[in-house]
Amino acid sequence: MTSTTRKSPYRQGIIDSSPFILVIIPFASLFGVLASEAGLSVVETMAFSIVVIAGAAQFTALQLMQENAPTVIVLISALAVNLRMAMYSASLTPYIGAAPLWQRALCAYLTVDQSYVVGVSKFEREPDMTVAARVSYFLGAVTPIVPLWYLFTYVGAVLGTQIPDSWALDFAIPITFLAMIAPMFRTAAHVVAALVAVVVALLAAGVPYSLGLIIAGTAGMMAGAQTELWLERKGNAK
Amino acid sequence: MIETGTLWTVIIVLGLGSFGLRFVFTGLVGDRAMPDWLLRHLRYTAVAILPALVAPQVVWPVATDGVFDIPRAAAATAALLIGLVTKNVLMAVLSGAVTLYGLLYLIG
Repeated sequence: MTSTTRKSPYRQGIIDSSPFILVIIPFASLFGVLASEAGLSVVETMAFSIVVIAGAAQFTALQLMQENAPTVIVLISALAVNLRMAMYSASLTPYIGAAPLWQRALCAYLTVDQSYVVGVSKFEREPDMTVAARVSYFLGAVTPIVPLWYLFTYVGAVLGTQIPDSWALDFAIPITFLAMIAPMFRTAAHVVAALVAVVVALLAAGVPYSLGLIIAGTAGMMAGAQTELWLERKGNAK
Repeated sequence: MIETGTLWTVIIVLGLGSFGLRFVFTGLVGDRAMPDWLLRHLRYTAVAILPALVAPQVVWPVATDGVFDIPRAAAATAALLIGLVTKNVLMAVLSGAVTLYGLLYLIG
């Protein structure tokens, strides 16, 4: 390991989140297309993507507004879809909680599924990173994602052409998330957490407002924590 | 047609609310120590939430109107297995993509 081959945390973040470029482009342009089909102007569509910056919640809100749902219901549903962001925030706190407030605010705005998973898996792998290096890395991880989210929302809104269904890009999201998560299964507790979460997610798929996800995630986290405790006790008993 | 007033209310309130959710812990807790039991749960956030997010999409894909689809299920399995074995994200994504397109081509 010579110093010449060491990359800055920012650049390393860019490299590590680059597989998500494939996901963001179709997802953002789809939002642009659907928003313009729903009658939103380009400015309104862009404001949506820049202010809210959360794919699934934006799709939910758009869908419900088209169905003329009451505004309160639109807001509750879309925020429920985004409730996992509070869990991400809690999970990032031990790593970047000591950063200056403005940096934490910036990271909060830029917390999306992709930047969270890239960031937290790096911070777990390398516990010796400084807080400043973690923030740089996190900002690197959003660099290939967020600008493309804005840009392709615009492209979708202006061109109004969807990427053909036959390209099967709908499945880019599950594949990239699974690929990203797989190296994080370091202990039996991680595996138990994921299995419990998956089973509960499938059982709770019918729960309204996407709350099944929160129930499943919480169940998985509890299962992981309990397994960790159990493994510790077993280790101490030896 | 969506009313302009409603739309901007939703954009602004949803934006503020989403920011609030993202900032609630990093912003308010900051560098204060969190209790051990909470940290123990938070260690499993990523490995619980993301598989839970993906599982219904794998079993009931939107693109097939919720009908179980062998190419998609196989692609998800390939991405996960190769990721577990190689610990290499790019390899895992590629194996998922190759499996998906290969099977879509063969099975249709």
